[in-house]
Amino acid sequence: MPLSADPVLRPPIANPVHPVFAASRDDTTVVSIGPSHPATHGTVQIIAEMDAEKVVRTDVHCGYLHRGFEKECEDHTWHNLMPYVDRLNYCSALINNFAYCDAVEQLMGIEITPRTKYLRTLLAEYSRVADHLTCVAAQLMELGAMTGFLYLVTARDSMYEHLAALTGARVTYSYGRIGGLAFDVPPGWFRRLEEILADYERYVGMVHGLVDRNRIFIDRMRNVGVIDTARAVHWGFTGPILRSTGAPRDLRKDTPYLAYGELDFDVPVGIKGDNYDRYYVRMREMDESVYMMRQLLDMIPEGPIMVDDRRCVFPEKELVYTEIESLINHFKLVMEGPVVPAGDIYVAHEGANGELGFYCVSNGEGQPYKVHVRAPSFVHMGGVHTILDGYQLADIVTTFGSVNMIGGECDR
Amino acid sequence: MTAPLFDRLREQLSPGEAGSGGQVSAETPVVCLGVQHKVLVFALTPDQLLPMARRLRDEFGFDLFLDVTAVDWPGAPLRFEVVWHFYSTAAHVRVRLKARVPDPDPTVDSLTPLYGAAGYMERECHDMYGIVFRGNPDLRPILLYEGFVGHPLRKDYPKQKEQPLVPYLPPQGALVR
Repeated sequence: MPLSADPVLRPPIANPVHPVFAASRDDTTVVSIGPSHPATHGTVQIIAEMDAEKVVRTDVHCGYLHRGFEKECEDHTWHNLMPYVDRLNYCSALINNFAYCDAVEQLMGIEITPRTKYLRTLLAEYSRVADHLTCVAAQLMELGAMTGFLYLVTARDSMYEHLAALTGARVTYSYGRIGGLAFDVPPGWFRRLEEILADYERYVGMVHGLVDRNRIFIDRMRNVGVIDTARAVHWGFTGPILRSTGAPRDLRKDTPYLAYGELDFDVPVGIKGDNYDRYYVRMREMDESVYMMRQLLDMIPEGPIMVDDRRCVFPEKELVYTEIESLINHFKLVMEGPVVPAGDIYVAHEGANGELGFYCVSNGEGQPYKVHVRAPSFVHMGGVHTILDGYQLADIVTTFGSVNMIGGECDR
Repeated sequence: MTAPLFDRLREQLSPGEAGSGGQVSAETPVVCLGVQHKVLVFALTPDQLLPMARRLRDEFGFDLFLDVTAVDWPGAPLRFEVVWHFYSTAAHVRVRLKARVPDPDPTVDSLTPLYGAAGYMERECHDMYGIVFRGNPDLRPILLYEGFVGHPLRKDYPKQKEQPLVPYLPPQGALVR
């Protein structure tokens, strides 16, 4: 097809989204739910064939944010992608950030400093707590449990402010750097962290008391959106959805990275893989994350946060102004980017939603040849129809909330 | 821990290659490229993909389909390199398969008969690179709309190109100063 076809001359398109089916029977109706429906966060559209209140089958369209993430990556240096990878999952941006840094560092053969390693682990767990709080809070709100929503969002809000105090941004932190972190932790930050963790436990305890044994909550969540382990693996589900089926699959345990090999933690699993299990797995996972963070607070050593590697780390500002070598080094890093050896790499971290993989291809230049993201939400969208079909229309709201779909990850 | 499984995979999936120093011959069409950053990599031709993936799933327990994507190398005799990633949830190891396909007819087999997860990711790859996955029952556009011309992640697609569905309005007098 010619690339230069004039878009104005193309025939108008009546409806860009075509469902995979029409109504199969006389007594069913095909309805479109979303996009931008309160039940479906973000750009998602669900086309559902309904037999009265019952969902016969669904066709899920993940939508598109028109951000062009992967295309933009090919036009920037390896450094400059940091804000883009943040915006993949805006609930737990730091995990994305560190996974990308890890991929590039492994490709360059860089070993990060111990302080960076522990700090990254701590912040990744912190992000996971914030992400799960968002997901569970939204899920509760969709069921009408407004108090639970407010409790969890209050806890999350102090975390966001705390992370903003560290990184200087509220949601899109851009805190990782190839070879380390942007800057060190400000004084008093760890002390405030302990206060926030205590607050978190108070609020989550209240939510447990409000909904765990609530009749309405259980009726809406138990035995809704059930999936077993074999089907979950077949559809590529990872993270809390896979663990809710009873399979203890967690990359932090299975293939430890960062400092996870030295930490003591459990992998919470569910019983039968329904909505209630997904809720409970997330709640338990947050507790494990907090337990890990408390261990990490005692483990973080003093020391530099950046490696001493002139291929990717900017020299000190004072040296740039006084030394010609540092000036040239700085100039080359800004204009050409860090030189990453040719090759390709796939690095996966346990994101808040599942396996977050970065497939990076370098041809030996300062710009990536290709960056591909294996985003958990995108893969989940491919199989989410299996846990929507056969339930009620109103269950789409809760089931879809328990998948925790993030629009930014479905972007390319 | 993973080394014995990797050795077994290497021996059984590309036999005869270990002794010949990686030399490609007619008897060893599947080439093992070794372990790269903890991932065992195989290069194969498109028609070997389906049997290879079936063996990986059934004999070696690679039950989780992770990812499929393509890399565009314009100017190369076989332009697109399609890359698959698999994961074994029992042994915790990853395998990468690579196949090169030509430009005018970039066709590979779909893995939807083996893995449900492949369907959505193949649709994405089809959208972005124009790779045709033979056997995918539902290769509609997923991220782009019907009628979008070209494939945005190909290297020859300009980054600044715009294809608005609704033509831009002419500048209006009140807004143009």
